[in-house]
Amino acid sequence: MGRRVLVTGLGTFWGGRVAQALEQNPEIDVIVGLDREPPQVELERTEYVRADENYSILSRIVKATKVDTIIHTFLVVDSTMMRSRTMHEINVIGTMNLFAAAGAAGSTVRNVIVKSSTLVYGAGIKDPVWFSEETARTVPPKTAIERSLLEVEGYVHDFAEDNPHVCVSLLRFSNVLGTDIVTPMSRALELPMVPSIFGFDPRLQFVEEDDVVRSMLFVLENQIPGIYNVAGDGLIPWSEVASMAGKRLFPLPPYGTGLFAGALDALGVTELPLEMLDLLRNGRGVDNRRLKHAGFNYQFTSAGAVQSFVEGMRLRSTVGQSRPEFVYERDVEAFFRHSPAVVRDD
Amino acid sequence: MPAPRRTPAGQNRPSRPPASRPASVETTVPEERPEKEPLGRSLVPVRREEPPEPTHDPRLTDVDEWGRSEKMRALARRLYDPMYRNWFRAEWEGLDKIPVNGGALLVSNHAAAIPSDAPAIMHGIETELERPVYGLADHLFKTMPVIGTMWARVGGVIAHPENAYRLLREQRQLVLVFPEGNKGPAKSFAERYQLRRFGRGGFVEIAMRAGVPVIPIAVVGAEESMPMIYNFAAGAKVMGIPYFPITANMLMFGPLGLAAYLPAKFKLRVLDPVEFDVPPDQPRYSKSRVMDQAEEIRQQIQNALYDMLKQRKSVWFG
Repeated sequence: MGRRVLVTGLGTFWGGRVAQALEQNPEIDVIVGLDREPPQVELERTEYVRADENYSILSRIVKATKVDTIIHTFLVVDSTMMRSRTMHEINVIGTMNLFAAAGAAGSTVRNVIVKSSTLVYGAGIKDPVWFSEETARTVPPKTAIERSLLEVEGYVHDFAEDNPHVCVSLLRFSNVLGTDIVTPMSRALELPMVPSIFGFDPRLQFVEEDDVVRSMLFVLENQIPGIYNVAGDGLIPWSEVASMAGKRLFPLPPYGTGLFAGALDALGVTELPLEMLDLLRNGRGVDNRRLKHAGFNYQFTSAGAVQSFVEGMRLRSTVGQSRPEFVYERDVEAFFRHSPAVVRDD
Repeated sequence: MPAPRRTPAGQNRPSRPPASRPASVETTVPEERPEKEPLGRSLVPVRREEPPEPTHDPRLTDVDEWGRSEKMRALARRLYDPMYRNWFRAEWEGLDKIPVNGGALLVSNHAAAIPSDAPAIMHGIETELERPVYGLADHLFKTMPVIGTMWARVGGVIAHPENAYRLLREQRQLVLVFPEGNKGPAKSFAERYQLRRFGRGGFVEIAMRAGVPVIPIAVVGAEESMPMIYNFAAGAKVMGIPYFPITANMLMFGPLGLAAYLPAKFKLRVLDPVEFDVPPDQPRYSKSRVMDQAEEIRQQIQNALYDMLKQRKSVWFG
């Protein structure tokens, strides 16, 4: 019997991408996707289940489908996407329910992969150049997103401790850039001038979106428990990132930066959340060697990820949104998957 | 988080090698041959993923992981060299005690309101031995716009144990620290050449963990290059800096005094390396041993300073 996988956040960028990649693997029999929103990408055999944001039906799904693997991609790491209350509901309460279902008596779950973020390290002035998975952060968490991710990691920790028979992998992803993904960072780089903080040129690390998906599949296939940083090799000064994008810097004043960033937000220019301002001042590097030692091969360095983003941006500036929009139609999907009229090869 | 235990081997493991894993990588998981498709017998071509291309790194500048830029450093060396040679007329003693390769932790006394000893030591070793020195310092410079960036570009690294360990143990570099921290420069001119407390001995612990020797260096001359007459403590508190120096240079040259050093003669003496007979990479070392070693090194530097001052005939001519 092949593996049965549950993907949370199927309607998000990552959930959709991961499900697409899982469908390529014939070892995986069943893929169930859970989200509030229908998937945004075309999926062949993934079953979509609509759920509310804190997954109250999750334990029923786990029981009914007997999944052995849960890939938890539905953690919000971009605080500009929603209000902090919704984010708390999704990140903290959602994860809590997820683990409650996965750890219930008679649960078939043997493998859990959680997609977290290097936001949990913060970005402080006294930070080491490279954070290893065990390095403690130097500043207390200031923003709602950091606090919620730390809380989530606490749940992951507890779950792993209480369920030693389950292989729990926690992946912390660095700033993601790529041809398609939209983050506060990519939005800042798409502006005519790239916001920076005057007198500061922090070094940042990036990971390409394909490497993100590949790393999750790698962990799934090899079943390696533990915490892993996922980030491309090398640190790049923000000024260099801007020049790679062919942009000039727009320096914000180094004192009272938050006020000016707030003004930019109010004017509708761009939203620079607090955690990104910290990053633009202090930068952050994480040690990616643990995942490499486990056998993972990155296709992109940090600079390579920026390059990939820049190429995507150039393409969009010429042809517009290159990919046709996909609309999930419940009836159509149900027909192709379940109707006896459809001839299936297998 | 303690690593959760692994699932029993074989359970849930795919029977074929994972398609996305390139064959050329070293892995902890043993490669398994496909059971159903012995090589050369498959009728249809088996879909194999291309091994990933060697990652290319399209960088535009030469800023490295530590934030240093070799171009900027070469420029800084060119600008600083005349000052080092003609103004401070730095003179070294025992430079051969610094290894030509391998990691070592250099520790020295720290002085002058805006310390003049760090650039002198770093420049001296970099030009004489032609190997880089990484200066660890607290975050004060890094908080200042522009200055912080320049500081990092020419070689300043934040003093964090992980930074020191990586530089010493993994990259086998020379690292310079001032165990007095800013208590050294913050002392008044009347207390010159009286070493402050050597922190909590963290430098000894780092050297032990990294398995490198500590090389003490005694510097004479820095104290007189920018003597602090008065520490305006209230001003320091308002500005959020550890001390607010009123220096003799300021009295002579006004605000320009912040940038102008007096031409004191610099003498630097490298003392015998201190090796620790402990295994590296331990999570913790005996605190009493660490404190004893730190105090011993402090005494050695203090004695060397007294000895050098005994022989010094003139502050300006040595």
